[in-house]
Amino acid sequence: MSVTAANLLAILAMAVATYATRGFGLWIADHIPASGRTRAALDALPAAVLTAVVAPVALATGPAETIAAAITLVAALRLPLLATVATGVVAVVVLRYVLG
Amino acid sequence: MRTDPLSEFRAGLAVILPATLAVIPFALILGAAAAQKGLSPLEVGLMSALVFAGGSQFVAVDLWTDPAPWLALGLAALLVNLRYVLMSASLAGTLKAFPRFWQFVTVFFLADETWAFAERRARQTPLTTPFLLGLIPVFYVNWVVWTVIGTLIGGSVRNPEAYGFDFAFTAIFIGLAAGFWKGPHTGMVMAASAVVSALTYLAIDGPWYVMTGAMAGMAAAVLVPEPAK
Repeated sequence: MSVTAANLLAILAMAVATYATRGFGLWIADHIPASGRTRAALDALPAAVLTAVVAPVALATGPAETIAAAITLVAALRLPLLATVATGVVAVVVLRYVLG
Repeated sequence: MRTDPLSEFRAGLAVILPATLAVIPFALILGAAAAQKGLSPLEVGLMSALVFAGGSQFVAVDLWTDPAPWLALGLAALLVNLRYVLMSASLAGTLKAFPRFWQFVTVFFLADETWAFAERRARQTPLTTPFLLGLIPVFYVNWVVWTVIGTLIGGSVRNPEAYGFDFAFTAIFIGLAAGFWKGPHTGMVMAASAVVSALTYLAIDGPWYVMTGAMAGMAAAVLVPEPAK
């Protein structure tokens, strides 16, 4: 039960970065364009970031992970989040067993 | 307009209760994964209390190495949480009647769930302080407490890959990404992001694939305009 200096620094960096996004929104509320390129890029941002996070596991790890990721995506467009996660986890366990 | 503070408080509590229960499994998964990466319960509690942004905490734990790469983790948190700029900007209009200082305190606790419920409430009736006090604190404390409990339990789980536990992360992110699905244009953004991210991952050591993939997805969104509705 301890806090290392490196971990504390990382946590503080995350905290500052995260509050910056929350505070900045209040601050620039009147200046965000309702359309145009900036708006298009910002609208695309959440899906783009989350996809970038999973791509190495989904595309560059192995066939079991790639197939399970595809199954998860199909489930995600139909099921609530918790059921989606359960589907993905069961799929990867079965596929790892079958394929490898 | 006159409102009964207690019923406002209860209304806030009632709308957030299902979401509060629903995040418990994710808090446990996050805590357990953090324990696998060697984070202590106190560190996880600090992270949940100070950052309080589930998506970026999942990404951070996924990228965590020893010693912690603070710059990469801070940048990743910034990128993952950039959506809060838009969310708090929209909340600025909703909170217009509140003092400026109180607005900046409120957005510290901004989460996808509380934001969505606050905006929905504001469409029906003006937001009140008691409503926000019902909406936010329980949800916040709940997240901190259950991520710490997850850390305490998770340290004792051996060989998590055998249970597909590692893939729970991937599945959560895919599920969250799909929540932003608005049709083929989103699919194109995700494809551009996925390809560039995977290639970067294979070419360069470290978590840079998050930045390059995100940039590629945003570039695709700008270069290929969304068809008019």
